[in-house]
Amino acid sequence: MQIISWVQFLAGVGLLFAGIVIFMIQILGVFKFKYVLNRMHAAAMGDTLGIGISLAGLMILSGFNFTTLKMGMVILFLWCASPVSSHLIARLEALTNEHLKENCEISGTLKEEK
Amino acid sequence: MSKPISEEEYKKRLTARIKGWITGEKDPYLGNMELQAGKEPAMDEEKRRSHQKDHEKVLDRVYDRKKNKMYRFFLHFYKITAVACCIAMVTILLAAVSYLPPVGNSRNPGNNEVAEKYIEDGLQDTGAVNIVTGMILDYRAFDTFGESNVLFIATCTVLILMRNDKKKGKGSAEEEEKRDSYYEPKSDTILQKIAFVLVPIIMIFGIYVVLNGHLSPGGGFSGGAIMGAGLILYLNAFGFEKTERFFTEKTYKCISFCALSFYCLAKSYSFYTGAHHLESGIPLGTPGAIISSGLILPLNICVGLVVACTMYAFFAMFRKGGF
Repeated sequence: MQIISWVQFLAGVGLLFAGIVIFMIQILGVFKFKYVLNRMHAAAMGDTLGIGISLAGLMILSGFNFTTLKMGMVILFLWCASPVSSHLIARLEALTNEHLKENCEISGTLKEEK
Repeated sequence: MSKPISEEEYKKRLTARIKGWITGEKDPYLGNMELQAGKEPAMDEEKRRSHQKDHEKVLDRVYDRKKNKMYRFFLHFYKITAVACCIAMVTILLAAVSYLPPVGNSRNPGNNEVAEKYIEDGLQDTGAVNIVTGMILDYRAFDTFGESNVLFIATCTVLILMRNDKKKGKGSAEEEEKRDSYYEPKSDTILQKIAFVLVPIIMIFGIYVVLNGHLSPGGGFSGGAIMGAGLILYLNAFGFEKTERFFTEKTYKCISFCALSFYCLAKSYSFYTGAHHLESGIPLGTPGAIISSGLILPLNICVGLVVACTMYAFFAMFRKGGF
């Protein structure tokens, strides 16, 4: 039994550290990149992958109980909410920026829905 | 064996740069951030002088400064009164500070038996498992009532500033809203699908937080904020046509008035009977059950409703100037 608890502890801590590393990359990207879409990509990565891995580590650490279920629901909620907000920011940028072609390649045409 | 290197070479090394960053010699983000305030357009001297002259002329026209004695008296009076008010305020504050007890004294008013009483007898007196809720909605309920009223008054103030009464034509609320959100993604399919899934969950979670205020962390303010956020998400996804089917100005008025007056009456009754050592007739129930702790649950619901309505009203008012 002790081996199982050790494995649980190590796996949880490893996942937590991986999540923290991804958060650090996110913060670096948010402050270092100059262009909106690049920074949005960095931020969205932390909000989905970083929080997912960190909460998975916490779920493993807490064992199998009601808290685990709650954390799983938090992951689901964030995975629903964060990419959508990134999508809205990207769409607004694509609609309003007149010099979009200088910053990124565009295939196809942009259409505004009425 | 390490070779001695020159100082310039040392400064270029990674370790030295990290050391400088940690000790604060050089901030790598300073000046590299994107957010920078725009420069003010430079105003040349001649333009500034002409502006000044225009201003003087306007003042002469409006107040007739040369002959108006009241105006000159007012100017002097204004300056003297401002200085006097400042000095009075500073004196009062300094006097108040000088009467404060020394920091860390065990006999300070902050360290009296009130906190102990709350912790020891809170469950027995209020019936709420969450001591914080027992405090803010039972012992100090009038404080919370004032906070709810502050929210209501804030909405009224925003209403005064932002209200757009025009129904049709140029400058009406709908037109302005359309112009403001010209570039905003309208009827975005992804947002609508996600809102379709998330809004019910958010609302249920908000109601759960409000109803469990006396059992677990949370309560009226946090639950109401969650519900308001859900309403705002719904509004952003589906537009004003959908939300106005169930939430109009009338609904806001009705909910706010009912919640605040119920809070006031219920708590006045409870305080009146408590102060006169009368039986209030409100059962406390078993601590831990969902229907327990007397008045705290309905008061929590009132506060939650007021907060949710206030958040939505703020958003609608800033977005469209009415709802």
